[in-house]
Amino acid sequence: MGRSSKVIERDEVVVRFSGDSGDGMQLTGTLFSNTSAVFGNDISTFPDYPAEIRAPQGTIGGVSGFQVHFGHTEVYTPGDYADVLVAMNPAALKANAKWVKPGGTIIMDVDSFDERNLGKAGYLTNDPITEDKLGDFNIIKAPITMLTKESLKDMGLDNKSILRSKNMYALGLVYWLFDRPLVHTSDFIKKKFAKNPLIVEANLKVLKEGYNYGVIIQAVTPSYHINPASIKKGRYRNLNGNTAVAWGLIAAAQKANLELFLGSYPITPATEILQELSARKDLGVKVFQAEDEIAGICTAIGASFAGDMAVTSTSGPGLALKGEAIGLAVIAELPLVIVNVQRGGPSTGLPTKTEQSDLMQALYGRNGESPCVVIAASSPINCFEYAFYAAKIAVEHMTPVILLTDGFLANGTQPWRIPDLADYPEIKPNKPKVSGEDWLPYMRDPETLVRSWAKPGTPKYMHQIGGLEKDEKTGGVSYDAENHQKMIETRAEKIKKIEDHIPEQDVLGSPDSDVLVIGWGGTFGHLFTAVEELYSEEGVKVALAHFNYVNPLPKNTHELLKSYKKILVCELNLGQFANYLRMNFPDIQYQQFNKVQGLPFTVVELKDKFKTLLED
Amino acid sequence: MSEQCELKYTDFKSKLSVRWCPGCGDHAILNSVQKAMANLKVEPHNVAVISGIGCSSRFPYYMNTYGFHTIHGRASAIASGVKVANPKLHVWQITGDGDALAIGGNHFIHLIRRNIDINVILFNNQIYGLTKGQYSPTSKRGFISKSSPFGTIEDPFRPGELALGARSQFFARTIDKELKLSTAVMEEAANHHGTSIVEVLQNCVIYNDKTHEAITDKQHKLDRTIVLKHGERMIFGANHDKGLIMVGLDLKAVTIGEGGITEKDILIHDAKSHHVSMHRKLANMDYPELPVALGVIRSVDQSYYDEEIEQQLTDVQSKTNITTFEELVNDGDVWEVE
Repeated sequence: MGRSSKVIERDEVVVRFSGDSGDGMQLTGTLFSNTSAVFGNDISTFPDYPAEIRAPQGTIGGVSGFQVHFGHTEVYTPGDYADVLVAMNPAALKANAKWVKPGGTIIMDVDSFDERNLGKAGYLTNDPITEDKLGDFNIIKAPITMLTKESLKDMGLDNKSILRSKNMYALGLVYWLFDRPLVHTSDFIKKKFAKNPLIVEANLKVLKEGYNYGVIIQAVTPSYHINPASIKKGRYRNLNGNTAVAWGLIAAAQKANLELFLGSYPITPATEILQELSARKDLGVKVFQAEDEIAGICTAIGASFAGDMAVTSTSGPGLALKGEAIGLAVIAELPLVIVNVQRGGPSTGLPTKTEQSDLMQALYGRNGESPCVVIAASSPINCFEYAFYAAKIAVEHMTPVILLTDGFLANGTQPWRIPDLADYPEIKPNKPKVSGEDWLPYMRDPETLVRSWAKPGTPKYMHQIGGLEKDEKTGGVSYDAENHQKMIETRAEKIKKIEDHIPEQDVLGSPDSDVLVIGWGGTFGHLFTAVEELYSEEGVKVALAHFNYVNPLPKNTHELLKSYKKILVCELNLGQFANYLRMNFPDIQYQQFNKVQGLPFTVVELKDKFKTLLED
Repeated sequence: MSEQCELKYTDFKSKLSVRWCPGCGDHAILNSVQKAMANLKVEPHNVAVISGIGCSSRFPYYMNTYGFHTIHGRASAIASGVKVANPKLHVWQITGDGDALAIGGNHFIHLIRRNIDINVILFNNQIYGLTKGQYSPTSKRGFISKSSPFGTIEDPFRPGELALGARSQFFARTIDKELKLSTAVMEEAANHHGTSIVEVLQNCVIYNDKTHEAITDKQHKLDRTIVLKHGERMIFGANHDKGLIMVGLDLKAVTIGEGGITEKDILIHDAKSHHVSMHRKLANMDYPELPVALGVIRSVDQSYYDEEIEQQLTDVQSKTNITTFEELVNDGDVWEVE
């Protein structure tokens, strides 16, 4: 099929699919992303969907979106603004038009823009283009519903099934726009609906006709061309943050030669970890869907006492409920990984939106002096690595470790280069080194202050532990005043000493700048892109220190912070990490950039902020 | 279950001195559990005793086994984790009426519903002892305590009814000072696969002394309680002349030889019946209308969680094409970058 229209060469493009929550936009977006990834582009995706499973049809509240950013160069975020928006109904247009770049392309299913749907979406006139001032955009008014119906009218399908296929029509059209092959999606459809040949035939037909529609309209519409990225050799797959966490834990259990146990209760946006591990009975994972969040962590603590690699997964409100039990794991000195997929709070807050507001809760949300290791993943795919290291630290240092991810990382995807586990370090559970007669449960390694882990079922190592303060030597209950202080200090020192086992903090961007931007966790992609773009586009130099280890902080943190004139801490809360740094290193001045909208930063707003800071 | 030939109950005693109040019913319960374990010939290192918070929950410290004194109300959940992680362990949960039925009520009913093979000993003294005397969820309506100076206005839980309502397959009841009965009941609980609930009517000598006295004192015990035995007639009384019959939908206590009642009219206890209605009636019997039931009220073999999870793992693993981490990450949509 020759192309007679204008072809625009681009390094990277952002596409946003949006429609009613029943329109299949998540699947459409995923299929498009996979095709782009297989084509060789670097990609980053983010789904944006409502908390309601099926909000009233046609309303703004029911709009489900899926954004994919793909490029010839490396891509670190799903993109701030879309080059192409697919709007399957007026509500989708209303909700998303503000996220399209000036002059971008908007594909609308004109058939759904009737008076009723326009009204539901809150349009006051029957001309949304004028009403939303979209005159400068490249609008493709495609009669998607009508053409889908026309295409399938003789196939003997019911009306509902026909309408369900219209997302494939839209997808076909977008494939034309980006000159992408249909083969990957065709294979998927054949496999997915293998039991229903009629559905396969229908979907393949509309996919192809959607593509052909592009050929027909090409005279008026430019298309884009994005070359493959130069990506490191290897085998790849797309992975989201939640699955990456689940797999990182599986890898850690294998390296430690321990059984993996998850005690968990469903909660958005962490549920997928529970689901993925539930499906991994094939690899021997034991999953206990508990009656509540407290039982989720308590079953995990029981499994840890019994000798398993134990994990609980949750989101903010669940972490609050687990607080008392985390304290038990702290004082009992048992290994435990607590995965907290942060969402908007407080209370039920914004369950499907992202935020970084559980940092203080993770650090301090317990009674007593109750130190935990706190680690934060910073991209969907490095959730794998940090889950692995969370488990390694928990097991080797006999401590609960809180792994913070967030809704953005959990649901976002990136291509993941499949690792060779041989490249990952061993995990060595701290078994008793002396005979049962000489062993006591709270004997410590003098170097690390770690106690050893004797599993029930082992002759001669019977012991009793619990939540009461224990004697520093025997581990028996002790109410002694000085012993209590000693134990409090020992437990704190044990955590502090983990700084010897984590990497030093590195600096990205332009380390020689006067300005240091600090971030932690899920904001990495946006911060790094902003820093890189400022330099490549405007020659502006900014350094970036992005933290993954929060407690303990990397050893060189203070030294590093001291060497910059200006420090800007950027986070999706009101300044929790900034305050944590202030508390630890009060001799340094910190400025803050905070956003709490349930949304990631945009690269644009970060660049503007950095430039203002440089000009001050 | 026989792992070693000779075990004495003292093999299960830890070196720690027991710190319950003198005269507390807990001492006797500890003895009966240690005796039962010795009789069961379970080696101490294969036993894990898990407790929550409360007077009774100090129990693990006094056992020469693996023990975990956890947090208030959560022992059922922690014990569940222990058992699922290592089904070979003999897991005992020690709990009280506050720990299991108030703060831990949710975990208690879900443990029972899942039928995990854990032996739960529920010390019921109808009072909060460790916090020095507040009413508990099993205190009788009108009970006067430090937190109910004008009497409670709440109806108590009946632990048997609650357990059976949560689909308990094993429920038994004993009295703290009845060492022989307690030991026998503990052994039956241990031999039962699935969650076993043993309610022990326990006396708190300090804050709720003699709360069970009406049925437990020597003089009246035989007339006011009945020890149920599977397959035997429900006969009780100091003179062995009283029994239980059904009248309409209700149980009734009668005297053999009076009103034409013969021994043949007396009901036979069927602890293994799947139907729960008779077990519920028996568990709910209360003095003075009826004798309080002791012994094993219900003991029904059912599939149990820790066995099923192992079975499911085996089944899935026998069918799957994913047997290693490498196979997992290479399964599905994977592409090669040259």
